[in-house]
Amino acid sequence: MTAQTAVANPGGAAPAAKPVRARPKWGDLALRVLAGLVLLYLFLPIFVIVLFSFNNPSGKFNYSWQGFTLDNWADPFKYPQLTEALKLSLNVAAVSTAIALVLGTLVAIALVRQRFAGYRAVDTFMVLPLTAPEVVMGASLLVLFLDLGWHTGYTTIVLAHIAFEVSFIAMTVRARVRGFDWTLEDASLDLGAGPLRTFFKVTLPLIVPGIVAAAMLSFALSLDDFIVTYFVSGSTVTYPLYVNAAVKAAVPPQINVLATAILVVSLALLALGTLYRRKRIDGV
Amino acid sequence: MAGVATSTRQRSRIAPYLMILPALVYLAIFFVWPLVALARTSLSTMSGSVFLPTLTFAWDFGNYAEAFTTYREQILRSFGYAATATVLCLLLAFPLAYVIAFKAGRFKNLILGLVILPFFVTFLIRTIAWKIILSDDGWVVSALGAVGLLPSEGRLLSTSWAVIGGLTYNWIIFMILPLYVSLEKIDPRLLEASRDLYSSNARSFTKVILPLAMPGVLAGSLLVFIPAVGDFINADYLGSTQTTMIGNVIQKQFLVVKDYPVASALSFVLMSLILAGVLLYTRALGTEDLV
Repeated sequence: MTAQTAVANPGGAAPAAKPVRARPKWGDLALRVLAGLVLLYLFLPIFVIVLFSFNNPSGKFNYSWQGFTLDNWADPFKYPQLTEALKLSLNVAAVSTAIALVLGTLVAIALVRQRFAGYRAVDTFMVLPLTAPEVVMGASLLVLFLDLGWHTGYTTIVLAHIAFEVSFIAMTVRARVRGFDWTLEDASLDLGAGPLRTFFKVTLPLIVPGIVAAAMLSFALSLDDFIVTYFVSGSTVTYPLYVNAAVKAAVPPQINVLATAILVVSLALLALGTLYRRKRIDGV
Repeated sequence: MAGVATSTRQRSRIAPYLMILPALVYLAIFFVWPLVALARTSLSTMSGSVFLPTLTFAWDFGNYAEAFTTYREQILRSFGYAATATVLCLLLAFPLAYVIAFKAGRFKNLILGLVILPFFVTFLIRTIAWKIILSDDGWVVSALGAVGLLPSEGRLLSTSWAVIGGLTYNWIIFMILPLYVSLEKIDPRLLEASRDLYSSNARSFTKVILPLAMPGVLAGSLLVFIPAVGDFINADYLGSTQTTMIGNVIQKQFLVVKDYPVASALSFVLMSLILAGVLLYTRALGTEDLV
C-alpha cells in the first residue's frame, strides 16, 4: 500500500484518509485471500443452483449432474403448482408488507421523534418478536388459531407474517431516520401548514428512503419464510412450502430456474439502486 | 452522528401513544396472546383420543419434566450445534468484514452487495444445494477421499458436521453485517496511533480492533444463534436421525404426533433460555446494534 487507503464512510463522521506505513505485506495478502475464499464459500451453493438449472436429470430428483439442456429455461412454468405457489407467496409478501409497513413505520417515527414515558419498555418490547425463535412463533400462533377454532390458510399466513414483519420494519426505519432534523416539522407548522399537510409534505419525504429499504427487507423475509408458514398454512402451499414438499417427493429443475431468475432480478434491482444513488450524489 | 434534533415546540403528549398503539395492539394479539396460549397448553393435560384430543388446564408441570427427560439429548445437541455454528460464523465472517471495512477501498459497496446476493435465493433451495455439494458421489467427498482426509466409505452428508455447516452458511450474513458495521465505525487513526506506539499487529488487534468490534460480535452472535438453535431444516435436509434438534421435535410433535402439551413445554424451554440471553444483552448494550 503505497499512497493512501481512502476509507469511505457513508454513515457520516468521516475520518480523514490516512497514509499507511509500509509494512511486510504477506499478512495483508493472507487476509485478503482468506476474505476472498469466504466470499467464494458464500457463492458455492449459488453456482450449484445456477448450474443445475441447466441440468437434464434422469430421475425425479435434480441432485446429480446428467447433462446440459436449455429445456428447463424454455419452459420455466411447466409445473403449474410451482407457479401458483410462487404467485401466492408474492401475494402474501405484498399484502403483509403493506399492512406491517403502516404499523411499523408509525412506531419507528414515534420512537425517534421524542422520548415519552414508557419509551424504553416499548423499545424492548418491539425487539422481542425478532428474538423469538421462528419455530416457537409458528407453534404459538398455531395454538392460538386452534384455540380460536380458525381455519388455517391464506389469512392466517398473512396475519403471522405481519407479526414478524412489524418489528423488522420498525427497527429498520428507526435506524434509517435516526438523526434527522425534526425541527423541519416545526418550521412547517410555524408556516401555517396543518399537521396532516406537514406529515405528507415534510415528514413522509424525509423518511421515504428508510421505508423503501424496510419494505424490501420485509418483502424478502416474507417470501423466504418457511418455518412460521409451515405451522399456520393448513393445506395452502406457498413457494417455500412447495420446495419443501418437493424435497420429499420430486425436485424439478424448474425450481432452480425460478430461483436463478429471482436472483437475476434482485441483482438488477440492486444495480439500479446503486446507479440511482450514485446519480443523485453526482447530480447534487 | 448528530444527536436527535430536539424540537422547540411542546409536542403533543398523546401523539406518540396514538402512533405506537396499532402495532402494540397487533403484537398483543398475534405475538403475546399466542405465547400465553402456548404457556397454558404447556401446563395442560391431554385426554381423549389422538384424533380429537381435549386439553384441560391443570398446572401440569409434568410436561416440562417430560420435555426435559425425553428430549434432553436434542436440547443439548441444539445448543451445541448452534454454539459451534456461531463460532464458525464469527471465524469466517471476521476476515471478510475486516477486509470490506478497511481494505476494500472503492469496491466496498460492490463487495457488500455480493455478500448479500446469495441470500436472495430461498433458504430451502440453498440448503438443497449443500445437499448436492456434500452428497456421497459429489466432488467434495471424492476430493477429500483422494487426499486421504476422508475414509473410503466416509460420508459428509447425514453427519453432525453437515448440519453445523448448513447452520453456519444459512445465517452467516447476520454475522457479517453487524461485524462490518462496528468495524467500519473504527477510526483508522486509532490503528495508526497504536502502531506509532510500537504495538505489534497482533496487539493492535486484541487491544484496539477487537474491543471496538465487540458490539458487532455480540449482536452477530445473537442473530446467528437464535435462528440456528430453533432451526429444523438443516437437520432435516443435511442430517440423519442421529442429528435431530429441538426444532425437529417441536415440529413433529405439533404437526405429526400432536402431543401439544409436551411440544408447548419444549417450545417454552427454548424460548425462555433465549429470552434470558436477549434481555441480558439489551440491558447491557441496548437495542440499537441489533438491527
